[in-house]
Amino acid sequence: MNAVAPAEVTREHGLLLLREMLRIRCFEDRCAQLYGESKIRGFLHLYNGEEAVAVGAMQGLGAEDAIVSTYREHGHAIARGLTMNAIMAELYGKQTGSSRGRGGSMHIFDSSKRFYGGNAIVGGGLPVSIGLALAQKLQQRPAITACFFGEGAVAEGEFHESLNLAALWHLPVLFLCENNFYAMGTALARSESEIDIAAKARSYRLEAAAIDGMDVCAVETAVRAATERIRRGEGPVFLEMRTFRFRAHSMFDAQLYREKAETEAWQKRGPIISLTTRLKTAGLMSEADYQRLEREARTEVEESVAFAERSDWEPLSDLERFVFAERTQ
Amino acid sequence: MNAAASASASVVPSGITYREAAHEAIRAALRADERVFLMGEDVGQYGGCYAVSKGLLDEFGPERIRDTPLSESAFVGAGIGAALGGMRPVVEIMTVNFSLLALDQILNNAATLCHMSGGQLNVPLVIRMATGAGRQLAAQHSHSLEGWYAHIPGLRIVAPATVDDARWMLAAALACPDPVLLFEHIFLYNMQGQLTAAVEGVNIDHAAIRRPGRDVVLITYGGSLHKCLTAAEQLATEGIEAEVIDLRTLRPLDDETIMRSVRRIRRAVIVDEGWRSGSLAAEITTRIVEQAFYDLDAPVSRVCSAEVPVPYAPHLEEAALPNPARIIDTVRNVVAQSEGK
Repeated sequence: MNAVAPAEVTREHGLLLLREMLRIRCFEDRCAQLYGESKIRGFLHLYNGEEAVAVGAMQGLGAEDAIVSTYREHGHAIARGLTMNAIMAELYGKQTGSSRGRGGSMHIFDSSKRFYGGNAIVGGGLPVSIGLALAQKLQQRPAITACFFGEGAVAEGEFHESLNLAALWHLPVLFLCENNFYAMGTALARSESEIDIAAKARSYRLEAAAIDGMDVCAVETAVRAATERIRRGEGPVFLEMRTFRFRAHSMFDAQLYREKAETEAWQKRGPIISLTTRLKTAGLMSEADYQRLEREARTEVEESVAFAERSDWEPLSDLERFVFAERTQ
Repeated sequence: MNAAASASASVVPSGITYREAAHEAIRAALRADERVFLMGEDVGQYGGCYAVSKGLLDEFGPERIRDTPLSESAFVGAGIGAALGGMRPVVEIMTVNFSLLALDQILNNAATLCHMSGGQLNVPLVIRMATGAGRQLAAQHSHSLEGWYAHIPGLRIVAPATVDDARWMLAAALACPDPVLLFEHIFLYNMQGQLTAAVEGVNIDHAAIRRPGRDVVLITYGGSLHKCLTAAEQLATEGIEAEVIDLRTLRPLDDETIMRSVRRIRRAVIVDEGWRSGSLAAEITTRIVEQAFYDLDAPVSRVCSAEVPVPYAPHLEEAALPNPARIIDTVRNVVAQSEGK
């Protein structure tokens, strides 16, 4: 799959991809501000720099497919179609948030969108994705499960257990490894004896490839090819998306473990700037188009902030709700 | 000496075994609901570590009787995912000892997803596991950690101790929209009992009084139930009538049944194979103190496991675990303390 030709991008599709990435970027930048204002608390992990992975991947996933995500999941949630209002209100801890204020930044869910969230234990979502895919297979549904995780999860036992099960049971799983090269402050080469992550996946007899995760079109092309393969019943696929987070790991990170120059080099080929240049060079987009998309994204983000601000807190009388189910599936 | 087996065998010489009852429960669940499947280590070709699932592979096939690799975290997590995806998995972890390898999935996913998602998700999963000591298996294979699990909000913990509960509680657990951990004490599998056909109202909410009494209430569950019943028989010959409560469900606890007996009988002894410190017995003691302190004629007492990793040598292991003799001594002491009141 490495050899897949770059996708031809139309104006319409190019603007859609850019729009989605800008929505995520604006949302994340605003979150950082709101954190500084203490409107958002807890751990906050921003997705700046990695937008192409979420946006490209979601193009190849349908409404019936299940998504499992990590604690750096605002981008996945926005790209999946959750409203910014529900996400921002959750970050505020408000009743109108996606988890009615019980999850926060790391635990965004939407059962109606089959978005199984927001797992904040590294590697913890991988076994769950195996089970969702097993259910899809046992129910003979055409759906697949996509599981996002970072390269840090590769060191966890659950990674190896889950890849083995997916291959052994021939499950409809798409593993999407977001390799941003730093597990918090630990560089990949400082924690792994084998840094070729796709090679690890191949050792479990998975179809695997490494993709330029800064190129939204490359991500989309690879994910479309992978999902088609999985839907044909040819087994699970593993895609290593090579990307970079432009911001700190969380809001408590002075980034002492990496050089500024490294971040700057990645920023030069960041997903938004790359696509913008490509679309403009091809004559598919004007500066005015870009300005409009950015303005619309900012407006949407501001509306979500206003929504969160005016939303109510969950009443204290509901503190112990949702420990057990109030409805059945 | 297998106190559990001897106690019940003396009461009911024939019938079916607990193992057969558990087998029938799984078989009936598989027949009743196509969403149900059994998954775990050696549940298929081997027939189950304790032979509970023997024969099910032939009847239901490898998709529904699913052998797994030794990947506790992955297959428990897979059970959680399958439950989220609309199935009704029964995951067998060979023993509670190995469940520690899946603790992240049990605690951080099964127990929390409902709450963390604001009630959007629920996890209708049953995890069965063998528990308990008494077979000279040494520390790593002799844990009784059900009290630990009972600490966790979001889980329901059940411990069937009779053939009826082995046969009928699984269906109630599967009907529950929440994750249920079902603990089977290793000494119960060979126990024989008379199965009640189609028991009405079997639930996973209430404790049961297995023996009525008037002088002391023994509060227990699982494998220790039969040690308590044996002790109660002996105590009766001395004129001490012990009531025996089988908790059945360790979370949420049935305070009402416990307190009703405690208030009436005024003396309580809790028998729990878990270690004493921070035990389920400690929790029940506290609840009695909080809710029925002024009804007590004597301090609440406990018979728990000694605070050591369970040792191998037979005399050491026996001394480490609750047994009828220790229960009897404790009851005599409690009764003596309050005589004349």
